[in-house]
Amino acid sequence: MIDLSVNIGRLKLKNPVMTASGTFGYGEEYAEFVDLNMLGAIVVKGISLKPMEGNPPPRICETPCGMLNAIGLQNVGLKQFLKEKLPYLRAFDSRIIVNILGNSVKEYVKLAGALDEAGVDGIELNVSCPNVKKGGIIFGTDKKALAKLTARVRLAVKHSILITKLSPTVSNIAEFGLIAEENGSDAITLINTIPGMAIDTETWIPRLANITGGLSGPAIKPVAVKMVWEAFRAVKIPVIGVGGIMNVRDAIEFMLAGATAVQVGTGNFVRPTATGEIAEGLWTYLEKKGINNLKDIIGGVNGASTNSNSDN
Amino acid sequence: MNRYFKAEILGNLPLNINNNLLTLFPLEPVFDPKPGQFYMLEVSDSCNPLLLRPFCCLRKTPENMQFLFTVRGTGTALMKEFRKGQVIHLIGPMGNGYPEPLKGCTPVVIAGGTGIASLFSFIESTAGTCRVIYGAKTKDELLMLDELRKAETTLTVCTNDCSFGEEGMVDQIFMNFLRSNESLRSSCVLYACGPRPMLKTVAAIALDNHIKGYASLEENMACGFGACLGCVVNTVKGYKRVCKEGPVFPIEEIVW
Repeated sequence: MIDLSVNIGRLKLKNPVMTASGTFGYGEEYAEFVDLNMLGAIVVKGISLKPMEGNPPPRICETPCGMLNAIGLQNVGLKQFLKEKLPYLRAFDSRIIVNILGNSVKEYVKLAGALDEAGVDGIELNVSCPNVKKGGIIFGTDKKALAKLTARVRLAVKHSILITKLSPTVSNIAEFGLIAEENGSDAITLINTIPGMAIDTETWIPRLANITGGLSGPAIKPVAVKMVWEAFRAVKIPVIGVGGIMNVRDAIEFMLAGATAVQVGTGNFVRPTATGEIAEGLWTYLEKKGINNLKDIIGGVNGASTNSNSDN
Repeated sequence: MNRYFKAEILGNLPLNINNNLLTLFPLEPVFDPKPGQFYMLEVSDSCNPLLLRPFCCLRKTPENMQFLFTVRGTGTALMKEFRKGQVIHLIGPMGNGYPEPLKGCTPVVIAGGTGIASLFSFIESTAGTCRVIYGAKTKDELLMLDELRKAETTLTVCTNDCSFGEEGMVDQIFMNFLRSNESLRSSCVLYACGPRPMLKTVAAIALDNHIKGYASLEENMACGFGACLGCVVNTVKGYKRVCKEGPVFPIEEIVW
């Protein structure tokens, strides 16, 4: 009997396939493409206390094997999310994880407390959005700020699991993973998009109105795999891998590097059925390899491990 | 019915040096598009280029569906190489499409360049009642002319370089039309698709003359189904997604 389930803290997922925040709307946008019951967890678009209108267009542009985006955290805000979006998601047999963002520790605490009370399965702290001035990146790149934020939010979260989504724009991802762990995170997600820029050589104008944006897609996958591998070796809590996952082979690669679960982001845009296909593909992969338990492959990369992690 | 489906390429006919007419056969049951709705087309099965490309459906029959495209960049250059028998993925129909004209109104259709692709099925569906003003830079870039003539509609064609049809741009033709058709003015409704500056100009003329209207807009787009929030345009009601609330917007709502 093949077992695809994985545990993120005390939360059991039927399989490790999640959606990456900001690429899956509030789930409903994908309902006619994917059976949402097939997903390990749905991570919804980042929520702030008040609705946010986002950045002016153009907000995205394509780059080799990837894309830049500067959406600017457009979202419906906490109130509307709880009233309209959450009830819809509850109808599905999939875990609900809500990505949150704020301008201050106080805002994060308020959001986390309200969502915890509403009974969401997980809260993902966005401390790494590169596209707004106060999008949390300060918390993701300053060790003291991250420690304080994580610890305070931890106190507000009683039932949901707490995940910290890390920024790749730090010199040592392992250190930031450890800070999240020491201050009460149940898991870490990495990586968020990598800051980037593109210029139109005819008009000499930046291709995004925001000038810079976040790079995602297959172009960033090797960077993400390396950071997942580094973080996995440093922390005991589960690592959730994200960055350029397009298909089941990519998901396996992240798990071999140490990811307990994976998030599909830009891949959803290109192939809206990607998440369901990856969940099915994992089963087929294990069957072909003669492996019964998916957990057995986590961190299984050969010849690269110096520190095993038995807690996953 | 599937909104994400595979289709086989039946033909990819070059109409001139830059434009092709692509004919596809859906391999799965699919929805019928409304005029002005669009599809995301997979241009490559590699990750470079990564994203699907949005195109309005020119026409769909029970047997096939057709798209008109202009070679502009990497994606459309790859589309020019599409061969008969090749199978690609599509997402669609997406977006709102043009609202059906009310009884008694006179649809004035203004198309610029490949904008005709978005309006073609609208013209066919309102044959007999609509006035069409169709402009392009040169004679070569005027597409589907024979088909448009068959559509039993009042067609005025113009080219920027005066190589064919009336002299000048669509906005001048539109103004002339309004001047010489005073009695029709109150019943006119504008339906426009083309380059943004053209849309801005014709929308301003329409609004000056108290004419209602709709314009189909374009914006960079990653998903096409409302998730990425990449394709917003500024409207008087805030940012709206071209792929979901659009691509067709009332002209008075667009912040030009």
